[in-house]
Amino acid sequence: MAKLNVNGKIRDVQVEPDTPLLWAIREQVGLTGTKYGCGVAQCGACSVHVNGELVRSCVVPVGGVKPTDKIVTIEGLSSTSSHPVQKAWAALDVPQCGYCQSGQIMAAAALLRKKPKPTDQEIDDAMSNVCRCGTYQRIRAAVHVAAGRKQA
Amino acid sequence: MNQNLSRRSFIVGTAVAGGGLALGVRLPFGTPAEAKTAGDGVEVHAWVVVKPDDTCVIRIARSEMGQGTRTGLAQLVAEELECDWKKVATESITPGENLARKRVWGEMSTGGSRGIRTSHDYVRRGGAAARLMLLQAAADEWKVPVGEVSVASGVITHAASGRKTTYGKVAAAAAKLTPPDPKSITLKDPKDWKIAGKPMKRLDTADKLNGSKVYALDVRLPGMLNAAIKACPVFGGKLVSYDETRIAGRPGVRGVVKVNDSTVAVVADTWWRAKSALEALPIVWDEGAGASQSSATIASHLEEGLTVSEAYAFRNEGDAIGAIQGASKKIEAVYSTPFLAHATMEPMNCTVKLSADRAECWVATQNSEASLAALSEQSGVPLEKCEVYRHDLGGGFGRRGGNQDYVRQAVNIAKQFPGVPVKMIWSREEDMAHDFYRPISQCKLAAGLDDKGSLVGLHMRISGQSINAFVNPAMVANGKDDRQLQGYTARPGDAQLGYTVPNLLIEYAMRNTHVPVGPWRGVNTNQNAVYMECFIEEAARAAGTDSLEFRRALMGQHPKHLAVLNAAAAKGRWGTPLPAGVHRGIAQFMGYGSYSAAVAEVSVSGEGKVKVHRMVLALDCGHAVNPDQIAAQVEGSVAYGLTAAFYGECKVENGRMTDLNFDRYQMLRLAEMPKVETVIVPTFDFWGGVGEPTISVVTPAVLNAIFAATGKPVRSLPLKNLKLV
Repeated sequence: MAKLNVNGKIRDVQVEPDTPLLWAIREQVGLTGTKYGCGVAQCGACSVHVNGELVRSCVVPVGGVKPTDKIVTIEGLSSTSSHPVQKAWAALDVPQCGYCQSGQIMAAAALLRKKPKPTDQEIDDAMSNVCRCGTYQRIRAAVHVAAGRKQA
Repeated sequence: MNQNLSRRSFIVGTAVAGGGLALGVRLPFGTPAEAKTAGDGVEVHAWVVVKPDDTCVIRIARSEMGQGTRTGLAQLVAEELECDWKKVATESITPGENLARKRVWGEMSTGGSRGIRTSHDYVRRGGAAARLMLLQAAADEWKVPVGEVSVASGVITHAASGRKTTYGKVAAAAAKLTPPDPKSITLKDPKDWKIAGKPMKRLDTADKLNGSKVYALDVRLPGMLNAAIKACPVFGGKLVSYDETRIAGRPGVRGVVKVNDSTVAVVADTWWRAKSALEALPIVWDEGAGASQSSATIASHLEEGLTVSEAYAFRNEGDAIGAIQGASKKIEAVYSTPFLAHATMEPMNCTVKLSADRAECWVATQNSEASLAALSEQSGVPLEKCEVYRHDLGGGFGRRGGNQDYVRQAVNIAKQFPGVPVKMIWSREEDMAHDFYRPISQCKLAAGLDDKGSLVGLHMRISGQSINAFVNPAMVANGKDDRQLQGYTARPGDAQLGYTVPNLLIEYAMRNTHVPVGPWRGVNTNQNAVYMECFIEEAARAAGTDSLEFRRALMGQHPKHLAVLNAAAAKGRWGTPLPAGVHRGIAQFMGYGSYSAAVAEVSVSGEGKVKVHRMVLALDCGHAVNPDQIAAQVEGSVAYGLTAAFYGECKVENGRMTDLNFDRYQMLRLAEMPKVETVIVPTFDFWGGVGEPTISVVTPAVLNAIFAATGKPVRSLPLKNLKLV
């Protein structure tokens, strides 16, 4: 039994402490926007924010998360898809299959919080999530749009 | 994966695909009697539902896996329907519904870049037929000749009387009319298109931005159990035993299932508990004969095929061997390309619920009718009592087509839990260990140049594995497998070689392995474009001729190939100066009915590190239904192609795959993505594919640029294995 603060709500989850946060979010909390891709923190499909920091939730055990830690998933990024990153993603039609995009959006939102006007180099360094459809060119452009550097 | 199972799946899938014939002549747009309930909307005919608020719901039969087909098909229907694009929605029909209505929606399989090019005609006729029915209903209501009414954006007008109505108001009356004979319909000239041919926004973006889209992996059903699965890591190996007692009492575990003769699954209340228990389960395998195989043994098996006397002569024009022997300059090379995994971001998964007289499955599939057939055959429940709820795919790339191995496995697991839905999810490691890989091959090439540097003879011998031989050996009697020679055909239309060589010999020596193979985005055009286009580059350099000019000289009889090559060269500013250290490479190829060419700008550092700065890709796909989504596919093909070129390689040791996750099987990341410029040069006289064609030219253009940079040809992949300087 653990308590998780997910998108501002306290949730009781019945899991073994070594259960990855990803699977507690998906299977106990019931929020499936956070995806499983690799389980070894390589692809970033499971990216969430914990206390504002970008975290690959597939390698974070629930036992290491405190009830006071604020977890934000894609469902909690905004209530109406109105976060600047979501709006930029829509404006540029970034997603193809869309499976990795929750993680991409969470990574971009975390980047912009730290660096509101990132350079291409800073985007290169921060955006390391895998997209098999190959939407990278539009992700880069959409991060600039979200930062207000470019018009959509 | 059991090969016999996959073969049976193919046969059953084919039987379903032919079901329309077996069940009688289908009516082109269905009948009101069989109309599907459509909420508060009215089914005008099988393809179009109109709601009271004038929303037009367009039914979609093909699978959406990111390639944009859902939006493109809707554009084609809406164009003829003359509805308001802002009020268009789509709905995926199920294979069970299609079967019940005598396949009124036609083929559902989505592969080979066929989603639009093989259904554009009947979906447009569907849109037009609905328009004619809606106009007739308005004319009947107003008691005027239908010729006096017109429509724009779903608003019907009788100009003479000034009356207006909308699709939503006349839909119920329209649905009672008999649809017109599709042959009587005149489709619009594409020059007059207002919705099709335009860069419309995708219709399926919103729920991909907030986590609300439900992929098959996200399915949650009341009482659902979860299964984790492991097949013998050696292809062809068998399951001998497992010690269930060692995981007894673990939390949430409900059982261990022998899935088939090579596979075991653990079922638990959650997937994480199932997977953890599976990892703790002692399993004994009989690894079988395959365990002696490795990348090295497979390479020598293929190498033998390069020179053996028996081979299938796919093209034999003139006397290639004589011409090369008598040429003033002769060049030779051997190329090779490895097995590759699809690595869809969403791992294989399938949810199945079985009861006494009903079988249901929730799945991401490129061929939902093959899924239905697999569900029925494996469960023993008749087809008409089966249903497949298809979810948009988290990546397909050819992996989720005809085989349907995951459906069969999930059915076998669910059999042990009657009435309970069971979701089976493969771990990434399982996904990488049991793919149907891009086939491995090698190619030996020889060319002769005359004293003017003209190509007088070309001899290619491909030795490698056959996809068709794995799917259905009867298709490739005596090793004559044209599919493995994709891109080299003489006949126009689908995958024609764009060069005319006076003396040409192209041969194939089939060399199969114990590794399962299948179609992988672009299929054999990938390897075959590398062999042809990199060796043509070697010939051009041996001739001392510019790479573009050398190709042009061979392309006089192939104006469409040439036009696309020229378009890429122009946009890529071929022949103009580049920054110091940056070099260009060029390539062209044809596949899936479309013509592609690329120019790559590449630098190679003193340490041999390759950077691709910019790529220009030109494509003639005949008609361009959505230019922005075509550009998206081109951009994606660059990422998928470069991942393969830089990193892609499934190594085999002791009969099994060794690199089972993204830490060892690397993926291209955003930082390595070049700037991609797409040049669409549609000629409006054919319908070609989009999802696959351009990937074939990505790697050869980059390899030819590396050749320009280093002075050495690149003849094997991936680049990570090579010392370039």
